[in-house]
Amino acid sequence: MNTLTVSPSPHVHSSDSVKRNMYGVVIALLPALAASLWFFGLGALTVLLTSIVSCVLIEFLIQKFVLKVPTTITDGSAAVTGLILAFNLPAGLPLWIVVVGALVAIGIGKMTFGGLGQNIANPAILGRVFLLVSFPAQMTTWPVPGDADGATGATPLGLLKEGGVGALSNLQTSDLLYGNIGGSLGEVAAICLIIGGLFLIFAKIITWHIPVSILATVAIFSGILWGVDPTTYADPMFHILTGGMLLGAFFMATDYVTSPMSHSGMIVYGVGIGLITMLIRTFGAYPEGMSFAILIMNIVTPLINTYCKPKRFGEVVKK
Amino acid sequence: MEAVFITIAVLAVLGCVAAVILYFVSQKFKVYEDPKIGEVEEVLPGANCGGCGFAGCHAMAEALAKADDISALSCPVGGSAVMSQVAAILGKSVAESAPKLAVVRCSGCTVGENANRQKTLSYDGAKSCAIASTHFAGDTACSYGCLGLGDCVKVCQFNAIKVNPETGLAEVDEAKCVACGACAKACPKQIIEIRDKGRVVKDQARRVWVSCVNKDKGAVAMKACKSSCIGCGKCAKVCKFEAITIEGNVAHIDNDKCKACGMCINECPKKAILATFEPPVKPAPKPAETPAPTEQKVAAAEVNKPDQQ
Amino acid sequence: MLKTFSIGGIHPEENKLSAGNALKQFKLPADIKEVKIPVAQHIGAPAQPVVAVGDDVRVGQVIAQAGGFVSANIHAPFSGKVKKIEATTGDDGKPAMMITIAIEGDEWVETIDRSAGIKREITLSAEEIVKKIGEMGIVGMGGARFPAQVKLAVKPGQAQALIINGVECEPYLTADHRLMLEKSEEVLIGVKILMKAIGVSEAFIGIENNKKDAIDLLSKLAAGYPGIHVQPLKMKYPQGGEKQLIDACIGRQVASGALPISVGAVVQNVGTAFAVYEAVQKNKPLIERVVCVTGKPLQNPTNFWARIGTPVKALIEAAGGIPEDCEKIIGGGPMMGRAFANIDVPIHKGSSGILLMSKEESKRGEIANCIRCAKCVSVCPMGLEPFLLSKVSAKSLWDMAEENHIADCIECGSCSFTCPSNRPLLDYIRLGKGKVMGIMRARAAAAKAAAEAAKPAEEKK
Repeated sequence: MNTLTVSPSPHVHSSDSVKRNMYGVVIALLPALAASLWFFGLGALTVLLTSIVSCVLIEFLIQKFVLKVPTTITDGSAAVTGLILAFNLPAGLPLWIVVVGALVAIGIGKMTFGGLGQNIANPAILGRVFLLVSFPAQMTTWPVPGDADGATGATPLGLLKEGGVGALSNLQTSDLLYGNIGGSLGEVAAICLIIGGLFLIFAKIITWHIPVSILATVAIFSGILWGVDPTTYADPMFHILTGGMLLGAFFMATDYVTSPMSHSGMIVYGVGIGLITMLIRTFGAYPEGMSFAILIMNIVTPLINTYCKPKRFGEVVKK
Repeated sequence: MEAVFITIAVLAVLGCVAAVILYFVSQKFKVYEDPKIGEVEEVLPGANCGGCGFAGCHAMAEALAKADDISALSCPVGGSAVMSQVAAILGKSVAESAPKLAVVRCSGCTVGENANRQKTLSYDGAKSCAIASTHFAGDTACSYGCLGLGDCVKVCQFNAIKVNPETGLAEVDEAKCVACGACAKACPKQIIEIRDKGRVVKDQARRVWVSCVNKDKGAVAMKACKSSCIGCGKCAKVCKFEAITIEGNVAHIDNDKCKACGMCINECPKKAILATFEPPVKPAPKPAETPAPTEQKVAAAEVNKPDQQ
Repeated sequence: MLKTFSIGGIHPEENKLSAGNALKQFKLPADIKEVKIPVAQHIGAPAQPVVAVGDDVRVGQVIAQAGGFVSANIHAPFSGKVKKIEATTGDDGKPAMMITIAIEGDEWVETIDRSAGIKREITLSAEEIVKKIGEMGIVGMGGARFPAQVKLAVKPGQAQALIINGVECEPYLTADHRLMLEKSEEVLIGVKILMKAIGVSEAFIGIENNKKDAIDLLSKLAAGYPGIHVQPLKMKYPQGGEKQLIDACIGRQVASGALPISVGAVVQNVGTAFAVYEAVQKNKPLIERVVCVTGKPLQNPTNFWARIGTPVKALIEAAGGIPEDCEKIIGGGPMMGRAFANIDVPIHKGSSGILLMSKEESKRGEIANCIRCAKCVSVCPMGLEPFLLSKVSAKSLWDMAEENHIADCIECGSCSFTCPSNRPLLDYIRLGKGKVMGIMRARAAAAKAAAEAAKPAEEKK
């Protein structure tokens, strides 16, 4: 017999780990990844690899040489940040811009706050928004899917902003579903994102509360406007399937660290993201508002955590 | 050119408006405070350690300013020097108090082959003495000894106490310790005692203490640890000042009565009494049967040289 | 849809290794000449020894009397001579008062009915039953060890339903499962007695769906006992928690800080029901219980009928001995049981299981940063925020811990079990709960003292 061990209960642990959750997200993103490679080819691959490698490397270098703490790159969180950042960038973006985005995402968005679990805003979105405001021309140069000659086009939301609903007449819902549209790497293939999102929910990596509340809010908001005036406003299906709405709802807004802890809080957070996104899309200068909406709600999260407590057992006594 | 002037003018107006608002707000919300509180707080160390029993230095300053008699209040960090300054500001008198420090009353090294206490269990839980001690008595046969999980280290604001990885015991850094007593409160085993630093002779504070709190009966304590106090009472007999009492199978040296003569040190069969100075030579001492405890600190090592005489 | 409790919960691996093994009477090996009986075998005040060193005792004789309102009598489980009454090392390594009996023969007190037959007719009145249960030293047998007579002392009409806990939601343990299968009739009579004691006409026996054989058997037999319903429940830990079980069985939630009787429910374990049967019908005090000795490294996991005071080591020996790779021995189940610091101790009234674990199984993983995944919040059966409570406890922020209802925690361990970062959430929460409860009690006592001090002053006016 060995020396006995004493420890407080519980004496068993589930098989869950940070790694399982992070690599689960990577697996859920694989269909969308395949779609982006299919549509954008080499331009997508280089952006993806650059983003992931630079995110992981920057985290490693900061932990090793600046903070001098044990490195945690194997937990997969930096890779997930890199992957999501790349999904938010247009294919063929100059690679040095991708590296700058990774530096902002990991260096400023994550490590300055103390690393995994401490950041207040989603690092990937922070990186993306930084690039969007710093390099607006490069960040809105969208390659046309399947076109190897380097032709560029506009995103559906861009078309909507420029030309109103009339400009969308050539778009089919099936194109939106399968990703045959202009846009950043990961946002184009709606069907792949839905498959990945459902996988996350069934693997119990995320709960349904955030994505459903975001999508429902967007559907209701755009539905009302569309019902009032279908010639000015696009239909709800269009809003849900475009502009990174699904990518944001399933993969970015659900980021553990920056989303609320209680189910009621998650719903408040989701509704907030949906509302802000639609306000920006409908009345703002930018054609797309998902990233900004998530960032804003990320900052509100501590407040939501203070006021939206989980429902306690016995709080409502039934007699 | 015009734009520059407009800019300057707008800024100037904004600044003036803000200044007026701030002035009225500060008047409206002004709180009167005894200016002496501020003065007292200036001379207090500002560590907010809570060693005085108040929430922080400001609270202590308030209490000092309010109290008619401040002799019951004392700042353990600043000691007499600070307290006499405070007394001067407030025009009150203060009693001189002897400098103190925290003393860890356990020498039961748990690391290495020559450990005084051998580990009989391993602990796998949150690294906290308070948590560990609610679940079991300790990972060695001694149920009174230092757990070495560092609750005292966590509460020390002065970085004055550390768990030595070579002994597994908490150790106080005499130069940094201000005797605020936070560690003594945090220790669930109540091993840490706040004692007088001792009379200074040749730049060295002379003090003697029993480095064990084991209340088990002699035989049990003997088995549990090589450096345990077994309550045999030899030290109490040899002490000429009646400073040593045996209570619950463990000896305790009274701070006030002890003259730091050191007679008890070599008398202890278990070498459980430690001192900061060389003990006096005893006529024809027997070689110690029990091996000396591993070097715990310089002072302890000096004590454990009975064989060289 | 099967019923279960409404908030949180987890699904640990069942590992009911000994579910198929019949109860086995444990015979103390001849080389064990003396046994130690702890005087604190229940929640509340320790019992006061009423025998002296040198006294002869018989099986079933009272050797220590209840030391307060919340306390329980202790009876001699073995006959012989009292050898010592002193503090020895308990299972946590701290001193514990024990009465040592040097075993001589096996002589029982005559009033105990040792016949094999089942006695169905209940002759005693409600008050007599409660008094009898108190005399016989019955405590909650599920592990909490709360003196049974205290819970049963309810005002007439206050209780509406009796709930019997046959959930056994702890992984590994099979003591209650085997008891329900092999002593079904006795358990049902015990339930009937308890119903009479608290004056209710309905009782629900909650059993989780992984014990289908017990559900079937008891349902069949319960047809002959009007008012007793067998309630199959969906498997989910911690269904055996008192508040959770009431919620699952009758859909009522006990408020924070309130007792089950506030919603008209009294909860007792099936083991307690059996002990009550023996006490009331057979006049037999609580001197024996089922102990499930189990664990993956163990050779023969067994459910033993063992007398209180049987050395833990002897039971493990009878189940195949302590294997080489055993790293941890636990009194109780893996979720809420306490790891033994010293196995040279006897079993007590609450020893539902002795669990052996290997290093791989029980070793805690490396602690990582909290990723705020909120899984601890989702699984907490009390609807608390474990991540927050653990953090404020670690920082000694007791006010904040109290505001966030740390006192509601039932210490089920679902949060620590789930945490992907392996954070010791419950370790800190338990510490904080202890501190906060202490502060709350002190405050209540101070308020009471202040009220009493104010009273005479008012009267004078």
